[in-house]
Amino acid sequence: MRRSINALSKALLTVAIVTTSFIAFSGGNEVATLRDSTPIDVQKTPAPIPNVANTDVKQKRNYPMQPPLIPHKVRNYQVDLKVNKCMSCHSRNRTEESQAPMVSVTHYMNRDGNFLAEVSPRRYFCNQCHVPQRETDELVENTFVDMNTLMKEKQAAKAEKH
Amino acid sequence: MKNLVLKLWHTLRKPSVHFSLGFLVVGGFIAGIIFWGGFNTALELSNTEEFCISCHEMENNPYEELKTTIHFTNRSGVRATCPDCHVPHKWTDKIARKMQASKEVWGKIFGTINTPEKFEAKRRHLAENEWTRLKANDSLECRNCHNFDYMDFTAQSTRAEEQHSTSLASGEKTCIDCHKGIAHELPDMTGVEGW
Repeated sequence: MRRSINALSKALLTVAIVTTSFIAFSGGNEVATLRDSTPIDVQKTPAPIPNVANTDVKQKRNYPMQPPLIPHKVRNYQVDLKVNKCMSCHSRNRTEESQAPMVSVTHYMNRDGNFLAEVSPRRYFCNQCHVPQRETDELVENTFVDMNTLMKEKQAAKAEKH
Repeated sequence: MKNLVLKLWHTLRKPSVHFSLGFLVVGGFIAGIIFWGGFNTALELSNTEEFCISCHEMENNPYEELKTTIHFTNRSGVRATCPDCHVPHKWTDKIARKMQASKEVWGKIFGTINTPEKFEAKRRHLAENEWTRLKANDSLECRNCHNFDYMDFTAQSTRAEEQHSTSLASGEKTCIDCHKGIAHELPDMTGVEGW
């Protein structure tokens, strides 16, 4: 008797697992992946690689703490122990000739707040925060609203009330 | 020894006994073509990428680094091989460079850069050699393909246009002043002007 209960519970469990996984997988189609729901055994034709935006025009920051975007190509820029290609234009003593924006002074501070002569080692790898953009549509729709817009909306709503 | 030289000198001064003038002239002409042609063929053979990377020093270091750059693979499929940038195209300059290259044969024999560590240790020195050479000849090897007179500034990015139309146009700067490390990795740039 005990054995049959065991068998029954096992069967039920299997059915439950199969059903949930079926629901999960059939529902999964609604989320677009990078593979565009291509079956697992099929190789998706890769999409063409869009160009890197190379306008040299500063982009607006979406929030004050956002690391500025890189408005130019950085293909093969060498940033390693030997050399930092970015700093050949953006370092303090190069900006006069290059007319590039100087990296913010916070990048010369160590974590105790002391200013160093060279860019601080913890800020050395530019691409950890700063990235160029590609000329393409977003993969996922972005509903981000900048706080100034939010504040304006609120003020406008308040003004309407009064 | 002195006698031998004198004897040779006398033989050279004497007119030919067995061969006619015509034979000597025609024969000399043909031999000249063969020697000169052979010399130039051998010279050109040493001016190919296959020759350069037949040494592991070149194949494993500079050639591997070149592979990731725009001078190796790009949209139009035009590519630069080692001698395009490292050997002058004009004959006299080429011979001068080839004579300098005897030092490289020495380096090969004694294994000056035969490990990645040794190559890394020499990287700054080797790079400086090339920067000096290109600075001295106004980046001639760049200009063999990139002709300033035919540059379309309107097709360049704002930054490139700005700098090419001022500093490069006035001759104040030459290609290598800004375009260092475009085909190979850079060495430690401490103290290099503009870095």
